[in-house]
Amino acid sequence: MNGFWRILALIRKELGAIIKDPRSRFVVVIPPLVQMIVFGYAGTFDLTHVPYVLIDQSRSRESLQFLSRLDGSGVLTRIGQVDNIQQARPLLDSRRALLIVQIPRHFQREILLGRSADLQVIADGRNSNTAALAIGYLNQIVSRFNSSIPRRPAASAPPSVSLRIRSWFNPDLLSRWQITPAIIGLITMIAVMILTAMSVAREREQGTFDQLLVTPFTPLEIMLGKVAPPILIGLAQSAAIFLIVRYWFQVPYYGSAGAIALCFVLFIIASAGLGLLVSSISSTMQQALLGSFAVVMPCALLSGLATPIANMPRAVRDITLLNPMRYDVQAVREAFLQGATVRQLWPEFIPMALIALVSLLTASWLFRHRVT
Amino acid sequence: MDIPASPSVVLCRAVCKSFRGKGHAAATQALDGVALTVPTGAMVALVGPDGAGKTTLIRLIMGLMPPDSGAITVLGHNIVQSPHAAESSVSYMPQKFGLYEDLTVQENLDLYADLHNVSTRERRERYPILFSMTNLGRFSDRLAGRLSGGMKQKLGLACALVQSPRLLVLDEPTVGVDPVSRRELWSILLDLVKQQSLTVLVSTPYLEEAELCGHTVVMFQGRILAEGAPQAVADYARQRTFHLATRPGVQPRRVAAAWLTNSAVVDAVPEGGQVRVVFKTPAGATATPPSVPDEPGFRGAGPDVTVFKEVQPHFADGFMVLLRQAMAPPRDLPASPGGGAPLPVSARGAAPPPPQTAAMPSAEPVVEVRDLVRRFGNFVAVDQVNFQISRGEIFGLLGPNGAGKSTTFRMLCGLLPLTSGTLRVAGHDLRHARASARQTVGYVAQKFSLYSHLSVRDNLEFFASAYGLRGRRRRQRLAWAVAEFGFSTLLASATGRIPDGFKRRLAMACALLHEPRILFLDEPTSGVDPLARREFWKRITAMADEGVTVVVTTHFMEEAEYCDRMVIMMNGRILAQGTPAAIRQLGATAAVTEPTMEDAFIHVVRRDPRRSSSQAGT
Repeated sequence: MNGFWRILALIRKELGAIIKDPRSRFVVVIPPLVQMIVFGYAGTFDLTHVPYVLIDQSRSRESLQFLSRLDGSGVLTRIGQVDNIQQARPLLDSRRALLIVQIPRHFQREILLGRSADLQVIADGRNSNTAALAIGYLNQIVSRFNSSIPRRPAASAPPSVSLRIRSWFNPDLLSRWQITPAIIGLITMIAVMILTAMSVAREREQGTFDQLLVTPFTPLEIMLGKVAPPILIGLAQSAAIFLIVRYWFQVPYYGSAGAIALCFVLFIIASAGLGLLVSSISSTMQQALLGSFAVVMPCALLSGLATPIANMPRAVRDITLLNPMRYDVQAVREAFLQGATVRQLWPEFIPMALIALVSLLTASWLFRHRVT
Repeated sequence: MDIPASPSVVLCRAVCKSFRGKGHAAATQALDGVALTVPTGAMVALVGPDGAGKTTLIRLIMGLMPPDSGAITVLGHNIVQSPHAAESSVSYMPQKFGLYEDLTVQENLDLYADLHNVSTRERRERYPILFSMTNLGRFSDRLAGRLSGGMKQKLGLACALVQSPRLLVLDEPTVGVDPVSRRELWSILLDLVKQQSLTVLVSTPYLEEAELCGHTVVMFQGRILAEGAPQAVADYARQRTFHLATRPGVQPRRVAAAWLTNSAVVDAVPEGGQVRVVFKTPAGATATPPSVPDEPGFRGAGPDVTVFKEVQPHFADGFMVLLRQAMAPPRDLPASPGGGAPLPVSARGAAPPPPQTAAMPSAEPVVEVRDLVRRFGNFVAVDQVNFQISRGEIFGLLGPNGAGKSTTFRMLCGLLPLTSGTLRVAGHDLRHARASARQTVGYVAQKFSLYSHLSVRDNLEFFASAYGLRGRRRRQRLAWAVAEFGFSTLLASATGRIPDGFKRRLAMACALLHEPRILFLDEPTSGVDPLARREFWKRITAMADEGVTVVVTTHFMEEAEYCDRMVIMMNGRILAQGTPAAIRQLGATAAVTEPTMEDAFIHVVRRDPRRSSSQAGT
């Protein structure tokens, strides 16, 4: 019972220290909001603006028809028309255009003859992702154009198979839907780990940790008192960011409230555990800060947040099994877009719980046995 | 702009400086019309309690901040108008000198030579002098971070002297440095003044160090109270200073504590087995001390004291007379830690028990240390240490930096596991003891371990909760702390912003909230001014009288006089153990018949054959 009061006093003190220090207060509130807004707008793979240069050597009714589709797409914007590749080149080099679209001289004749007409497209390959996306858009426009060409009856069109693709969960395949929910975890993990690691390191640096150790606090009580405030703050942050994602970025949430809540709780406890682990082996605040980032960065890269885990080499894929953010990203996406319930998410929840447990136990062991 | 052939190196006239209060605090007048002259080739000591304005004055002279008003001239340059004018001929060693701990001794020296544009040729001349002066030559490859406190200060001094200045300014250079290293540092400074006609301005909290300087300046509350040769300051206590011999079996520290509360007494400290008392009014022609009024709680003039003998006043005695005069009308609390109205002697607010006899500490050992060993890798920090401490004893751990005091101390408190041996504190090894065992122990670390962002009240309440105080007892103890240490006006202030003297009191208050039976104090008086130190010892003495066992480490040799028993440690071993009187006798030689504690300490430490080999400990 006494232990309970002591822990409560420690929690109150920790929260008080964070809330009363203007700098900590700022760090807890402003950067997560800024990160969320920036990631929400910038962290999208969707192209909304593809500038291109046109070389129209056909100058025919057909080429005009095609171009009207191109310019009417809302994505491709013609920034100029030139006569040959040499003239177009500087525009691509200077990144003013992403694509060069060249309509050949015999474009009209080939189409009218029912043969296929070649369209030459040169893309800026310096950013392969963007180039591939731009070409993808162009392909869609071309195929729609193709289907609109009236075929001569004589040619008796061969029966063709056409793919009709429909994406579930994210019908327009908006990458924002995929990224923003997953980013909640990244932002809270940074905050929770740093808060936990720094709160112990600060006491070490200021000499108050010894003072705590000579009071009747047991190491377990100190540990609980140290992880609880960052966990509370992390939960508040997650909730706030969740609301931003849901209502500001309008990403639909189909899952149950319990699913997302449990996911946040487990993930934040695991993050606090890792933070405590970092703090148990660092003796200065600088070490704690660098140590936290040394953990957060690989966790973020190996979480499937930006690059699919399925694409990673086998060995790396195995490493991701130790990464709590991997399970968090997976669970959050399923809860948001697929409407997963707590029951469906156990495969993600159990590893997160295990990571939380193991890191907390290891950290408390290290606290007791560390020799300073 | 040069004033030719000025005989004084530093000239301050009517210098004022105030600092804006933070939050609701009022502005503090750090310097109030200070006039100071430092003649060429002089060694001038600035002394005064914490907050007297010593550091502010030094920083103004160095041009680090501008005065509000007044004129400051350094080597003929007007520092107020052009703060950097004298830079190349003045060296400054601040309280915390900026040594780079990850660089070696040589690299630090090179760095400062580079910063001051010292040419290669000058370096070739200068380095050997600096190395032989500081005795750092054989450690030139050692990382500065791995030097002892005393050697760090010597390296700081060498770095400050790398540019051959005309004026050297030092701010409390010997704080946290053990007596042996302090003596060495001072002999370096004295040689510099003598041989290189350097002018030195040095501030210090150690009054006996001021006696080494030709000229002393006593500061208090931003003003200069007196200046002159040390003897001139000592003369303020002439005919007022007496030795009181106590009746056999009566501990001098208890008599001193009692006398200190009397309104006719300026100062009372245990010294050499007697009590040194300075009275407010001078003695009559018969060299008998002035009469002492009977006051509640005071029975010192009565049965405990046998003989009065007038003695030569020291600088410290004159200093105390000046300070007590300056704060004559009992002033409001904050500015005078330890001054003003006498604080209640009892830590518990009860009437003090009558002084007990020396045999008082009961035989039951509260702390037992047997064959204690602590190794760090190959380094043996504590080597076969044995001692016992009885209930109600004040037990001192003394020794130079790196002697193993702190390591022993941390093991006693359960902060560090032992390599071998046994250790019992109130019957437990605190490292593995249950929470209830730690409930009986209080610990005050060397650095005030307080939460600086939290208010004074929050700190007190947190530690009250940490020790499980609740309900009525909690309210009583918090009220006691506020009243006893004078926090009432500071409760809402952020702890990081209150004066150092109050931080120290707060650390003490937090450790006493739960009324511990054993109190561990790690260098509680390091860097503390003489007034606050007396207040501190008065409180400790009162607590010991109530049966609290006190274990204390200190660098101040005269403070060993307050201990019932003590050990002197060196290189992890105990060199001497016993009562202050017994230890003092170890310093006796043909030349020194009445050795002081410091004589004994230096004698014992110098005698240790391993001293030179590992002087640069941890």
